[in-house]
This record gives sequence, structure tokens and C-alpha cells, in this order.
Amino acid sequence: MTVHNLYLFDRNGVCLHYSEWHRKKQAGIPKEEEFKLMYGMLFSIRSFVSKMSPLDIRYKLHYYETPTGIKVVMNTDLGVGPIRDVLHHIYSALYVELVVKNPLCPLGQTVQSELFRSRLDSYIRSLPFFSARAG
Amino acid sequence: MSRPAPRKPEYHKINKDLFVLTYGALVAQLCKDYEKDEDVNAYLDKMGYGIGTRLVEDFLARSCVGRCHSYSEITDIIAQVAFKMYLGITPSVTCNNSSRNEFSLILDKNPLVEFVEELPAGRSSLCYCNLLCGIIRGALEMVHLAADVTFLQDRLKGDSVTEIGITFLKKLDEKKYRRKK
Repeated sequence: MTVHNLYLFDRNGVCLHYSEWHRKKQAGIPKEEEFKLMYGMLFSIRSFVSKMSPLDIRYKLHYYETPTGIKVVMNTDLGVGPIRDVLHHIYSALYVELVVKNPLCPLGQTVQSELFRSRLDSYIRSLPFFSARAG
Repeated sequence: MSRPAPRKPEYHKINKDLFVLTYGALVAQLCKDYEKDEDVNAYLDKMGYGIGTRLVEDFLARSCVGRCHSYSEITDIIAQVAFKMYLGITPSVTCNNSSRNEFSLILDKNPLVEFVEELPAGRSSLCYCNLLCGIIRGALEMVHLAADVTFLQDRLKGDSVTEIGITFLKKLDEKKYRRKK
């Protein structure tokens, strides 16, 4: 475990401080550009969170992406730990088995399969960290 | 309370002879439908492409290979993991050029041609297993790699080995969001 680098920004997006300790790969752009990119992303995430937050401002967003670009995003409350195996199961046992392997399900469109929807729903409800009551 | 282990999905296996004979029936039917060998080959490639775009998801779900960093790594994975998983064979890999984007898979055994004695008369240009080329091409495209995949040599045509050539072309761009200048 290690620390790669650290950015300190003020409210106006000015980078007050930057240090790096173990950074394997440089971004290939001038530092000014990199600071702007980093601040831009943080600003977007903050504004996104305030718009999209389901119930309260603090929640966890779990992200799983495959080399083919399929992205599974699950938002949970803060008590949930790492759930990579859950996201992988959703991809492999649900999406691949029920959608990809179904010749009647066209790719690249909203999934219409009722079987997929109901299996996914049962799976999520069966998870140990799922509680039917929110909060 | 310990979390119950996620149940591994049962992977449906089919009888190998059934699969090989069904493939043969498919090729035979295409030969009836199309007079020219080029048309049959093109159709097999197109079918394979459709299969490949979906097969790659099943492959990624079952093999959990990580991101690859070179074309030769990708070709090795195709030969040693994917071919093994779906056809039970492991072709050997050679690199054909110094810029390291042209590779060959040498198929020592090919289960798909187990019951084929020889190509039918008048079908000397038929690429019997062209489905495989389409599958590889479709699968690579779904991971943003454009490639030309063709049979370079074919035992059914009298060559000494069966060789599939993969030429990696320019990497396909993922959709990029344009930054406002």
C-alpha cells in the first residue's frame, strides 16, 4: 500500500499544492493542464452528486467496467464494503447468461427481458447487505 | 453472518460430435445456397462476427483476464485461454513481422474438421472454418481492436498446416467527450 500523489485545491480551482511520492506514469500534459483536468473532474462529481443523490448526500458508488466497455454502477449506503464479486456476478451470471446469450435480445439497447429484470431484482434482494427498509 | 459464496453458474456443455456435425451441416447448407466459394466464405465470416461480438462477453465473464498491454499478449490469450475454453485446443502463436502487429495461430488439431475428408469438388477455395475468423474479428472489435483475420494456410486445401493470420490495425477510438476549448 502506498501513496501516489496529493493535490490541494482552493474554492476557485487554484491548485495550492501538489506533491508526488510514487507516480509510475506521467500524464504527458503540462502540470497546469493536469491541475485543471483534476479540478474539472472534482467539480463535475460534486455537482453530479448533489443532483443525483438518492436520499442523502453521503453514499458509495461502486463501479465495475469490462474491457468491452460494459459498466456496472451500484450506489449503496456507506456501510457496504468492497463488492467487486457482486458486480462481477451481475455481469457474468446475469447480464452474460440472460442477455448476451439470448439471440432475441439485441445488444446496444435497453434490455427488455423480464427474466433479466426479475432475476436481478431477486439477486439484489438476497444480498446480505440489502435491507428492504432504507436507512 | 458469513456471506454465502455466490453460486457459480452451471456451464452448459454439449456433445462434441453434435457440435462438429451441426457445423458441417451449416457449411453444407451454405454451399447449397451460394454458388461461389467467396460468398460462402463471406457469409461464414459474417456469422462468425455476430457470434464473436457476444462470445467475448462470455469469455470475459468466465476467464477474468485483465487488461492486456500488447498485441502479442492478446494473441497468446486468444490461443491459450479462449481456444482452450471453447474448442479444447491450444494453437501455437508466432509473430510474423518486426512491428509486432501480425501474428499467426498454428492449429495442430482442429475439431471442426474431424469428419471432413476433403473439400467437395469445385469448392477448392472454400474456407471451411471461416466462422472462426469472423469470431476472432468480432470479439476483438468489442474490445476496441480492429483486426484482419484470415486463413493463411489450410490443411483441407493441401497445405501442411492450418494457419490463421491476425493483423492488428489501428486501435479503434472509444467514444470521447470533447472538452470545451
